[in-house]
Amino acid sequence: MKNSSPLKWFGSREGLYYLALAFLLVVLLPLMLDPFRLNMVGKYLTYAFVAIGLVMCWGKAGILSLGQGVFFGLGGYCMAMFLKLEASTPEATAIQSTPGIPDFMDWNQLTELPWFWEPFHSFSFTLIAVIGVPVLLAFVIGFAMFTRRVGGVYFAIITQAIAAILTILIIGQQGYTGGVNGITDLQTLMGWDIRTDAAKTTLYFICVGMLFLCLFIARLVQNRKLGRILVAMNAQEMRVRFSGYDVAAFKIFVFCLAAAFAGIGGAMFTLIVGFMSPSFIGIVASIEMVIFCALGGRLSILGAVYGALLVNAAKSGFSESFPELWPFAMGALFIGVVLAFPNGLAGLYQTYVMPLEDKLFKRSKGAKVEASPAKPAAERKPKTEKTDDYDPMIDSYSPEKS
Amino acid sequence: MFDGYTSSELMSIFAMQGFAGLSLFSVFVLMAMGLAIIFGQMGVINMAHGEFMILGAYTTYLTSGFFQSYLPGLFGGYFLIAMLLAFLVCAALGALIEWLMIRHLYHRPLDTLLATWGLSLIMQQAYRSIFGAREVGVELPDWMMGAFQVTDLVELPINGLFVMIIALSIAVGVYLLMYRSGYGKKVRAVVQNRPMAEAVGINSAGIDRATFALGCGIAGIAGAAFTMIGSTGPSSGQAYIVDTFLVVVFGGAQSLIGTIVSAFGISQAQSTMEFFLSGSMAKVLTLLVVVGILMLRPEGLMALKVRR
Amino acid sequence: MDTTEQTAGGRSFGKGLGLRKSLMTLAASVMLATSAQAAAPATAEVNTTGLAVTDDTVTVGILHSITGTMALSEIGSVQAEKLAIDQINASGGVLGRQIEYVQEDGASDWPTFAEKSRKLLRQDNVAAIFGAWTSASRKAILPVIEQYNGMLYYPTFYEGLEQSPNVVYTGQEATQQILAGIDWAVENKGAKTFYLLGSDYIWPRTSNKIARKHIDKLGLKVVGEEYYPLGHTQFNSVINKIKLRKPDVIFASVVGGSNVAFYKQMKAAGVDFTDEKPLLLTISVTEDEIRGIGGENVEGIYASMKYFQSLDNPNNKEFVAAFKEAYGDDMVIGDVTQAAYLGPWLWKAAVEKAGSFDIDKIREEFAGIEFTKAPEGYVRIHENHHLWSKTRIGKAQTDGQYQVVYETEELMEPDPFPEGYQ
Repeated sequence: MKNSSPLKWFGSREGLYYLALAFLLVVLLPLMLDPFRLNMVGKYLTYAFVAIGLVMCWGKAGILSLGQGVFFGLGGYCMAMFLKLEASTPEATAIQSTPGIPDFMDWNQLTELPWFWEPFHSFSFTLIAVIGVPVLLAFVIGFAMFTRRVGGVYFAIITQAIAAILTILIIGQQGYTGGVNGITDLQTLMGWDIRTDAAKTTLYFICVGMLFLCLFIARLVQNRKLGRILVAMNAQEMRVRFSGYDVAAFKIFVFCLAAAFAGIGGAMFTLIVGFMSPSFIGIVASIEMVIFCALGGRLSILGAVYGALLVNAAKSGFSESFPELWPFAMGALFIGVVLAFPNGLAGLYQTYVMPLEDKLFKRSKGAKVEASPAKPAAERKPKTEKTDDYDPMIDSYSPEKS
Repeated sequence: MFDGYTSSELMSIFAMQGFAGLSLFSVFVLMAMGLAIIFGQMGVINMAHGEFMILGAYTTYLTSGFFQSYLPGLFGGYFLIAMLLAFLVCAALGALIEWLMIRHLYHRPLDTLLATWGLSLIMQQAYRSIFGAREVGVELPDWMMGAFQVTDLVELPINGLFVMIIALSIAVGVYLLMYRSGYGKKVRAVVQNRPMAEAVGINSAGIDRATFALGCGIAGIAGAAFTMIGSTGPSSGQAYIVDTFLVVVFGGAQSLIGTIVSAFGISQAQSTMEFFLSGSMAKVLTLLVVVGILMLRPEGLMALKVRR
Repeated sequence: MDTTEQTAGGRSFGKGLGLRKSLMTLAASVMLATSAQAAAPATAEVNTTGLAVTDDTVTVGILHSITGTMALSEIGSVQAEKLAIDQINASGGVLGRQIEYVQEDGASDWPTFAEKSRKLLRQDNVAAIFGAWTSASRKAILPVIEQYNGMLYYPTFYEGLEQSPNVVYTGQEATQQILAGIDWAVENKGAKTFYLLGSDYIWPRTSNKIARKHIDKLGLKVVGEEYYPLGHTQFNSVINKIKLRKPDVIFASVVGGSNVAFYKQMKAAGVDFTDEKPLLLTISVTEDEIRGIGGENVEGIYASMKYFQSLDNPNNKEFVAAFKEAYGDDMVIGDVTQAAYLGPWLWKAAVEKAGSFDIDKIREEFAGIEFTKAPEGYVRIHENHHLWSKTRIGKAQTDGQYQVVYETEELMEPDPFPEGYQ
């Protein structure tokens, strides 16, 4: 796909978009905002990881998961467990009846660390777990569902049920998990105090770095043949299957990819905010993550980042000034995005702003080989939605269509 | 756990537990019937289903207040009128929503999911603004409270019986409507082959609207019925969503019988497990079993068509 | 740091709006209880840590959920805190300064509580935060408030097991509520067997652990212990189990919407609490909850709290009257609402005793501060930052109010880390 050198790419339209985002996140915001607000932006960016994952698995492959909170939470809990163990040294917890274990275990009269907490003493294990645990779960779910050709609405509802189950389990087993309070009061990461302003600023930049890493991975997938197959699967799954591809395997892959991104986001969240709670695993949080993706543009990974930033900024802004209006605004956002601009802000951008750009920079559309493949695909999406309504071979309603 | 009780006491406990199971079954049937119609016949997932139920509950609350203030003599019978009003109000709102929003989204079921979620947020906040964030209590007429003494030891709650009767009537009513009436024939035609149905002159858009309204109306009746056994507040609808969806999906879309069978299975499993285990574990186990079975048989228990 | 007017959005100013008359009468009596005001001391003396204090005003924060599922519980606390602030302002303010408040919405979301508390402390430099309701929200705020050395006044009765130098707990902790309640049931009602039932999260689980240990200590039996997920609505099975086991007392810590379903279904199953067979003792149903459940469904249950709206003392009568005048005649006032009302008053007392708004200085003064005009009668701050208060048992009436049937003679000492329960 990319038939020009990396340096030239930065001059292309797509490269410029990435540079613009980098400029915004790395230069502009840190200069404009104080550490408190910058920390909040960092928090919003962790949601962007989930949104990018959703662009890949929902926007491209048509798999709507209403349970991304599960993977976000699992990654977050893995990191939280490591940080909590570090904060629960025998010296720090001397006043407990059993020093050396996290405080919530002590209140629940546990006298020793449960076996599944032990490995989290090691940072390398934690790093592997942050990605590994969500991916493992995603693999199990994906394997069970996609090999049996469950998709669409059914799949979405099952992910919801899984989010509900996990929430109930975590809240109920408070001795092992901290229950509804979550795992709080995290202090240091391998000796480095993560609560100071300087640390939070550093974590912000680390988050931005990880975000770009995930963006590039997503872009890599989307530009390769792999990405093409995902889009094709979404449009005409039967034909892709008849062409010899193992559709289930691709779906499992992209679902696991989305889970991995979400897990990383969760871990970054724990580091930036300083705690993790089951409220991110539940149904409401998971559906909210979908709206970040939907608003930004379900087919655009850059759009996902902007979507996450904008929705969360709006939420904070509203809740400071007009808290009662926020649910109305959010509801209207859901409806508006779905009805009026299904390709989100990226779609609007493409329709209205890109032609202006073309005029401004006198680029012809034909030479846009490097143009973000997300955008042309976005053009195609409305057509696929309308042509799949009449096909005498298939029911007008099928569990697999998006 | 069973020692120290006479056999008649044990029998009565089992009888009451069986009744509790049936009670839960009728609750599930009521919750799921409205959604099953909409999902099964139209492929639309209405995430605001819980909020429609609560609309029915609030309607009942308002009716109850009205009767208390202006027609105290007729208070005993207000509940039936409240249910009728709940049906009408919810059906009307459903028709409006369908016209405004849903009909643009028939080919995009995942998008309807999101749009109706947005609707549920709006409705919840609207309830909060109009009725206040606190829960409201709905007063029941005296004859509906208390228990029905079947034998010395067996007591059956009256409102549980009432809910069962309502559930049964609705199930029968829906069956008759879908399989024995002209309207039902049209709905089935549209589901099976929309272009052909339109070709023979059926107004498919109108059928869709009526069906959506019917589903919402039934949700309203369910909500009215639930004021007897549950709370009525802006967020109360959320408690029902996951269970309702699972019942419908488990039963298989496009099969109302499937919904009923699935409601029966899930309710019996849950209430039996609750009896022997703690409530949380019973809930988690039930959900796990349902999800597990769905993973093995994703089209649900009784899918009428297995076209892929 | 800027101590003059901040520019944070959403700032609201709570000065007595139309409450002048009753506030004046109340203010007159309050003047007797609090120390007399001389001319306001200079700002530089009373504020050396950069809090939002001017020569005429001092800013505090109110942090509760106004939206989301917790809104219905936290509204009462917000109303009480604002009422207290209005009354304090009407009587001359704190150290001669009028109180202004910044109200933030926690949105029933614990991370939002953490974020907003950080904002209140770092951007608005508030001198005190009145807020939180659930333990989860308090736990989320805790690291923030300890890091930035703020002071939180927390109103809800809770499970204890905490003692932060940056929190004043104006609600009861578990031993005050539970132990007294169980003792009462055993001594006055001859209870021997208990069925423990709660919602599935930390507060009911910890409360039941404490209850169970106490019951075992008394040599009595627990015949069942169950938990249902938050939001659960079908209780028929557990009702049957209760009928099977026939406990003397049902010890209930069900919360939220489940409460409503549970009591309605109990009543529907023919259980009449006025027979007291079984007797139901709860620690989670206040007058606020009864409003949603319906008085006829809970008639005859007993609750163990430190405050009931029907308490018969002059302080409470004035308080209830002022509350109703401010917010409407059909208002009900539960235990947490009253505890929230105490917050601003205790803060004012500490500030005036210390002669300063500095957190470290007022913290030194907490132990021993009394508030004799508390609607619950009298409270005193313990050095563990909890309150000495009496425990009462009330019996619910059909009109939604509690009739107080028992009151501890002495103030109960708060003990958040009870021996043998660890």
